[in-house]
Amino acid sequence: MGIAPTQAEMASGEAALEARDVDALWRGVTSAIEDRGFVLTQVDKLVNWARTGSLWPMTFGLACCAIEMMHCYVSRYDLDRFGVVPRPSPRQSDVIIVAGTLTNKMAPAFRRVYDQMAEPRYVISMGSCANGGGYYHYSYSVVRGCDRVVPVDIYVPGCPPTAEALLYGILQLQRKIKRTGTLWR
Amino acid sequence: MDEQALRELGETLQAIFAEHVLAAAVDRGELMVTVAPASLIRVLSFLRDDVNFQFRQLMDVCGVDYPEREKRFDVVYNLLSLTHNRRIRVKVMTDEHEPVPSVTGVFNSANWWERETWDMYGIMFADHPDLRRMLCDYGFEGHPLRKDFPLTGYVEVRYDNERKRVVYEPVKLEQEFRNFDFLSPWEGIQASLPGDEKAGS
Repeated sequence: MGIAPTQAEMASGEAALEARDVDALWRGVTSAIEDRGFVLTQVDKLVNWARTGSLWPMTFGLACCAIEMMHCYVSRYDLDRFGVVPRPSPRQSDVIIVAGTLTNKMAPAFRRVYDQMAEPRYVISMGSCANGGGYYHYSYSVVRGCDRVVPVDIYVPGCPPTAEALLYGILQLQRKIKRTGTLWR
Repeated sequence: MDEQALRELGETLQAIFAEHVLAAAVDRGELMVTVAPASLIRVLSFLRDDVNFQFRQLMDVCGVDYPEREKRFDVVYNLLSLTHNRRIRVKVMTDEHEPVPSVTGVFNSANWWERETWDMYGIMFADHPDLRRMLCDYGFEGHPLRKDFPLTGYVEVRYDNERKRVVYEPVKLEQEFRNFDFLSPWEGIQASLPGDEKAGS
């Protein structure tokens, strides 16, 4: 070298280099596709797939249903398989499982937790008490169904529902998200 | 527990306190003592400290409502002596207005139980350090374990979308509460069940 190249020489040299690079890139990509195959999808399908695969529930155990919910989380039914990991904060969760009796005193706190969750958010009402007051329907201190306070997506019946029932409810919620899910909810 | 020993314990207590202990009886193997409200603290302190009694543990404080009585409420103190493996039940009668002296000075654990009794029955406790509601909702009206309190209460909650908060409204029920438990030991067993009269004819 020793002599600095002129402006024109530099420009033409770079163009040639770029053309060569692009060719190499395309050859690389094509060969990779030929070797491994590829996938086409739609953005909303991809988003729904991601949402159903990581439904993080807000931990909201209020009564005995919470015991069945814990059974569902741990090794026998292992909700972790479905990407369902309990979160301690409403800011990090996608779904809230209302497991147990919602009392009048708890209702404002429950609504506040729900309001703090980021969209898209879903609600699973677990057990008779959360569905409609259940055993405490005529009580002076119990909300007759948590759908009086928040909109509910899935109702899981039972007193308490078995861990399988809750699992089925979560799978139903996944189906619902796949069926009706859009980018903006 | 030996009933004879319990009876003697009750008699001893009556002998010591004379007019302060209104009654002492053994029922179903349990000793129950009725005390005038004014002497409650004296009796409980004695039961706690005396070497022959040593009821050091206060297991429970609760209320009972007998609406047909003039002094409608009982306050019940259940004591346990670990030293002697004995239990005793102390009762005080009162009504809505007459306060019962708080025993928090004698047993610290009475604090929350007296709060709960106040919450559920509206029984006043004089000189209680912090007599607030314990379990019921903030701003709750009435005392739910009184027999004249309606089962369903007076208010219910729902979320109001316009006001963006949970609101309280008067109770509206689609259907009144119906009781189907005709054999309940609490209600008393009826001679015949409803519908049985058709069977004979």
